[in-house]
Amino acid sequence: MSAYQRATLHGWLLLLPAMVFLALFTHWPAVASIIESFYSTPRARRPSRFVGLDNYEGMIADPVFWRALTNNFWFAIGTIPLSIGLAILMAIWVNDRIKGQSLVRMAYFTPTILPMIAVANIWLFFFTPQYGLIEQIIGIFGGSATNWLGSKETALYAVIIVAIWKEAGFFMIFYLAALQGISPSLGEAAAIEGASRWYYFRRVLFPLLMPTTLFVLINAMINAFRMVDHIVVMTRGGPDNATTLLLFYIYQVGFSFWDTAYAATLTCVLLAILAIMALVQYGWLERRIHYR
Amino acid sequence: MAAVELRDVTKAWGEALAVNAVSFSVSEGHLVALLGPSGCGKSTTLRLIAGLEEATAGRIHIAGKDVTDAPPVGRGISMVFQNYALFPHLSVAENIIFGLKVRAVGRAERDERLKEAAAILGLEKLLDRKPSQLSGGQQQRVALGRAIVARSPVCLMDEPLSNLDAQLRVEMRREIRDLQRRLGITMVYVTHDQIEAMTMADQVILMRDGQIEQNGPPAMLYDQPATMFVARFVGTPPMSVAPWSILNTTGGVLPYPPHGLSPEVAAIGVRAEHVEISEGGLPAEVIAVEYLGAETLIEANVAGERFIVRKSGKVSVGRGERIGLHLPATSAYWFDLGSGRVVNTPQ
Repeated sequence: MSAYQRATLHGWLLLLPAMVFLALFTHWPAVASIIESFYSTPRARRPSRFVGLDNYEGMIADPVFWRALTNNFWFAIGTIPLSIGLAILMAIWVNDRIKGQSLVRMAYFTPTILPMIAVANIWLFFFTPQYGLIEQIIGIFGGSATNWLGSKETALYAVIIVAIWKEAGFFMIFYLAALQGISPSLGEAAAIEGASRWYYFRRVLFPLLMPTTLFVLINAMINAFRMVDHIVVMTRGGPDNATTLLLFYIYQVGFSFWDTAYAATLTCVLLAILAIMALVQYGWLERRIHYR
Repeated sequence: MAAVELRDVTKAWGEALAVNAVSFSVSEGHLVALLGPSGCGKSTTLRLIAGLEEATAGRIHIAGKDVTDAPPVGRGISMVFQNYALFPHLSVAENIIFGLKVRAVGRAERDERLKEAAAILGLEKLLDRKPSQLSGGQQQRVALGRAIVARSPVCLMDEPLSNLDAQLRVEMRREIRDLQRRLGITMVYVTHDQIEAMTMADQVILMRDGQIEQNGPPAMLYDQPATMFVARFVGTPPMSVAPWSILNTTGGVLPYPPHGLSPEVAAIGVRAEHVEISEGGLPAEVIAVEYLGAETLIEANVAGERFIVRKSGKVSVGRGERIGLHLPATSAYWFDLGSGRVVNTPQ
């Protein structure tokens, strides 16, 4: 065995443990889902059989699927720009020399480290009709009562707000790290040239933060389509599917209705959406980004 | 009228005084070097002039106008930073005209000024490059270009050459000085390198612990140092200064302190070129010999005190050899150890 072959073998052996787990828990389930989506769901008396595109036809005819997809679309539109914007704003603020800097940083990061179930329960109380926190505050100013999570018009917004609150602090950490890597003398040079804070942000900071923004954007997109935990705790997709997001619908179909083939079909759609988004972002945005 | 004037300017960080009641003025078209070891307050002084720091007390005037409370942009200054502060995502051209764009200078004038600055600095062929594609010297030129296109009467420089290699530093030293003269810019130049200050400046302000130690033309700092600190800081090599009483214990021939300076607090200083090697001088041991081609520097130890001797050409003295040092009375500086101030300077 030549030295080159040996090095190659060693390389693969080092990669093997990670590869086994990656294949077992990521690649194989994905492939299995795609295969399963072309078969019918096995029942006690009827084993699974090949049905071609039947599951996909059923999906296109399924109004709840379209509902979940539109909900997810609005959920993404509602959470991503706002949480990223907030993250940048908070990062810039805590990057400045302010008193109690580390305390503020920690406070912003807290939502990220809290368990989602606990967080959802706290927000559940905020949104409770009549005696919830938000209702009480509105009551003081004489506003009318709203059932935030219980009405079709407001439930999705309520869920969006919780998601933003949760995500912004997490993304802030990435922006903060990026900001710390930018020399303060750039800001000083801009100040001497007479650039306003806004001009400096628009022409210098934001372009320099683009690599971070791309990373955060992809994460935010994935998170938006992966959101399930606080839907389970807060609304269970209701009322009338107003807060059913794609992954929650997959969970419902798969584990409440036990229609595993249809769940696999929905999963394939979700995978396709995520893959397309990642490709578009890396392919299109990356070319326009300045990396140091 | 002074281009830049500081009156009792103080900057405190809590209890610590970074700059302590500093006053000086810079004449129009002059290059003034703020010189000193790190932590002496020279950079803070420059940042105070730039308006990047707020003065705790005192007034700052630029071109006769009180700018103490003005933002950086209203002061009529440009600045070159130690790390150049180039915007990494912008091209060389965009970096240079950044300020003109901010101030909404018309396109035609912008292009014209860019062309002029690029021609002066030899950057014509690099205008489309990104800063990361430039060498250190080229980046330095871009930073200078940004200062030139602003056409500010005063240019501030914060250790602009410290990131360059020795060869390039010598070139850029001359180039900056030429540029400053040609364009008639008033320049305040911060450096910790006394060679830079001595070779470039019309006026050197040597600082220590937030205060001015001496303010004068380079030759004055060399020939008439106001304090022991200045004597030991300026010159290559700096002046050798030692307490007289310690040298006197060796029993060698030694000039006597001048009238009015008590021997216990007297320190004697002699420039390396004036120290002579002779039999019967102060007994010394050679600790290092540095051969520089045209001259040789001999470092010798006299009763624990360091003396440097400069001899032209090559000198055949070895490490560990015992020699005698003669300090001529006619070229001796006398300092008061208590105050550190000079008492007597050779004529």
